[in-house]
Amino acid sequence: MRSDNRAPQRPKAQHWVAPLDETPLQEVDAADTSSTPRSLWAEAVHNLVRNPVFIISALLILLVLFVAAFPGVFTSQDPTYGNLSSANKPASAEHPFGTTRQGYDTLARTVWGTRTSVIIGFFTMICSTILGGAIGALAGYVGGWIDEIVSRITDIFFAVPMILGAIVIATRLGEMNMWTVIMVLSIFGWTNVARIMRGAVISTKSQDFVTASTALGAGSLTNLLKHVIPNAIAPVIVTATVNLGVFIVAEATLSFLGVGLPTSAVSWGGDISRARDALRNQPMMLFYPSVALAITVLSFIMLGDAVRDALDPKARKR
Amino acid sequence: MSAAPDSATKQPLLEIRDLEITFTTSTGPVRGVRTANLEVYPGETVAIVGESGSGKSTTAISIAHLLPKNGSITRGQVLFEGRDITHVSEKQIRALRGDQLGLVPQDPMSNLNPMWKVGSQITEALAANGVAKGAAAKQRAVELLEEAGLPDAKRRAGQYPHEYSGGMKQRALIAMGLAARPKLLIADEPTSALDVTVQQQILDHLDTLTGELGVAVLLITHDLGLAAERAQHLVVMYKGQVVESGPALEILQSPQHPYTKRLIAAAPSLASRRLVSVAEREEVREQAQEHAAGQPSEQANGPIIEARNLTKVFPIRGSVPWRTTPFTAVDDISFSLERGTTTAIVGESGSGKSTVAQMVLKLLQPTSGRVLFEGKDVTTYKGSALKTLRRRVQPIFQNPYGTLDPMYSIFSTIEEPMRLHGIGDAKGREAKVRDLLDKVALPAAMMRRFPNELSGGQRQRVAIARALALDPEVVVCDEAVSALDVLVQDQVLHLLNDLQAELGLSYLFITHDLAVVRQIADRTLVMEKGKLVEQGSTDEVFHSPQQDYTRRLLAAIPGGSIPLAGAETIDVEAPAGPADETVTEHGEGPEDIIDPFSQAGHV
Repeated sequence: MRSDNRAPQRPKAQHWVAPLDETPLQEVDAADTSSTPRSLWAEAVHNLVRNPVFIISALLILLVLFVAAFPGVFTSQDPTYGNLSSANKPASAEHPFGTTRQGYDTLARTVWGTRTSVIIGFFTMICSTILGGAIGALAGYVGGWIDEIVSRITDIFFAVPMILGAIVIATRLGEMNMWTVIMVLSIFGWTNVARIMRGAVISTKSQDFVTASTALGAGSLTNLLKHVIPNAIAPVIVTATVNLGVFIVAEATLSFLGVGLPTSAVSWGGDISRARDALRNQPMMLFYPSVALAITVLSFIMLGDAVRDALDPKARKR
Repeated sequence: MSAAPDSATKQPLLEIRDLEITFTTSTGPVRGVRTANLEVYPGETVAIVGESGSGKSTTAISIAHLLPKNGSITRGQVLFEGRDITHVSEKQIRALRGDQLGLVPQDPMSNLNPMWKVGSQITEALAANGVAKGAAAKQRAVELLEEAGLPDAKRRAGQYPHEYSGGMKQRALIAMGLAARPKLLIADEPTSALDVTVQQQILDHLDTLTGELGVAVLLITHDLGLAAERAQHLVVMYKGQVVESGPALEILQSPQHPYTKRLIAAAPSLASRRLVSVAEREEVREQAQEHAAGQPSEQANGPIIEARNLTKVFPIRGSVPWRTTPFTAVDDISFSLERGTTTAIVGESGSGKSTVAQMVLKLLQPTSGRVLFEGKDVTTYKGSALKTLRRRVQPIFQNPYGTLDPMYSIFSTIEEPMRLHGIGDAKGREAKVRDLLDKVALPAAMMRRFPNELSGGQRQRVAIARALALDPEVVVCDEAVSALDVLVQDQVLHLLNDLQAELGLSYLFITHDLAVVRQIADRTLVMEKGKLVEQGSTDEVFHSPQQDYTRRLLAAIPGGSIPLAGAETIDVEAPAGPADETVTEHGEGPEDIIDPFSQAGHV
């Protein structure tokens, strides 16, 4: 107990009580049933739709997807029909974006190129996320020497620059098509997803609710699939969204370098590469596919940012 | 308020008048403090008591202008020595901080910069307040650490925070708070993160020190018993308002406001009995035994769980990477849990009590020894036998924020165990979930909600409902109420007790809080450093403790010796000689560094 060596300085202390009508007493730990129930995902969507960055990027992506799905709405020209007699023409009523050296309609090439880019970007994203997610989840959840080995393998792939690795494999494969490009990009694109998944799984698996589930009789696989992965997936979704933009750029880069899609395919990368030679007299030939590429990639990266904000673990606690 | 008209001669050191603090949030302004009034006179200790969210800390930190960016004082005044410091400039308040106003923060673990030596952090505080510089400051820092009760202060000053234990860090922070000899020391839950015995030493020391220096202390705490023991004057806060203030003993013995009454009724350190009467408990036991007799079990009348010579050894990293040193976390523990009763395991952090729980739950394999469930050795159970055992033994964990999967609705959370074991159809399961929610006193409308929408106490009740979904016979509560506010804790303890009476459950209750043990346990085991030091019926342990360690633990219960109507006091003579953590050479000891299950144990 307190030593009484200090004299009480307080003047005669009064016992003061607040009037009860000003401080009404509530039930202990009363359950709030007034608001509508919302899951974390609903919460994330709620935050997302109020974010202007999300709205802008979502509108742009919808536009890109629409163009990719229905290119015929925007142009009636065949992008693979070259009319040499009207080659190298500036913008006109018939060719609003002008024509290329082979007499292709630039508008048609740009519009149809969207489909190639979106398909390659989308499927590469799916493949690399599944591959990286599975590898990362396995390494993080099992741990021990399996984690050691898998992590070192991931590091090896991580150390190889994606474009460089893709060039090497693409030149070995020879003639490429859309699916081989997807495969080549996936082989080098899964590492960052795997690393993120591994980290998220490691931090999730040690949480009490996983232990509780084990004690309830759930097996390891049930725990991984039902509790660990759903809670670790948010940062992976963010990375995957950003990756989509990165893969579209990578595909364009490969085509630009001439190791991606064959010249017969309609692709922004290839068009940019060919427009390079005509940069001085026909700058618009380079401008349109480049702008299309930039807008598409930017919108996916912006979407990734908006999703990151919405799924931010710090914002999870209200 | 308490300033009587005849006291014009005596001026309070600190006076807070009609303080209102507003936070700007995304959902609009929120008033964190509505009307707070309090006075601190020179040299006295005033305690602000309240549950989390009552605005007690907000009030205290607003004095030193340390409110978060979105908070501001919107009304009222803060007077320090008669001077209005409510809206003074940053420069003026900085001159006041440290020099006149000392601050001891809540969490000793995160309030020391891990990159700096402790001594230089104190030296910095001294230099910042212009008390001393250079070599003089260094010398003074050592003196201050000595004063704060750190032995071998000179060597300690040259160490980094990670080499200190929790109690030592708090001592260092007290030394820092008092470095410039302030007139007022604001101690914001200074010992909440520490073990009871350490808490007692630190508060004793703080008392003596501030008494000698004549420093006034504004103590923020959620523990009414502790506040009453340490402060002369109490201020009770509830939902941002001061609801009652007055002399400590008077408030404790004749509380006027219903909230204060409620707090006193719920405070485990002040309440004193097993929550249910003996007769009812007998009935429970008989029922449970009958219940068991109906099942094909040979040992229906024996203990439901028996631990024999349980030992757990963890390998910890030695001086070289390829060599490990064995560390015995649990050393030869034997106990039994009778049907329909509660056995509590008490100990300080690092005593191995959580490891015992993990082994009983079969989340951890014992190094040697056995766990018997109804007389059968379950240590080697695997596969379907283990799954059946899991149905009958269920855990409840400490951290209400970690125990529920944030992705699962309350319904899915409680339904999950039934789905896992393939019990019932969808309709039957839903009915069961409703029934369970009703048992834990939550409205059925909560089913569709998600854990992030629930308070800590509500989450813990959901965790209880989930544990009961499989109709287990044994529930292992690992610090199940330690993270909750007093009132909520009391509510959950009552709930656990009622459920025990209703369902004939047997509890293994792991806790560091002896006061809680008295409310819930029939038998008590005391553990120290992995060893069982005492076991017996709870009454025996509390009334005639045999071991010095138990006596020290009992004596450290804050407020235990305060006489209250309708409660017995704990009057134990604390044995001489410190139980001090400072004897540990390197910080927390190996148990804190390597305990791989810390997430299930202590915060």
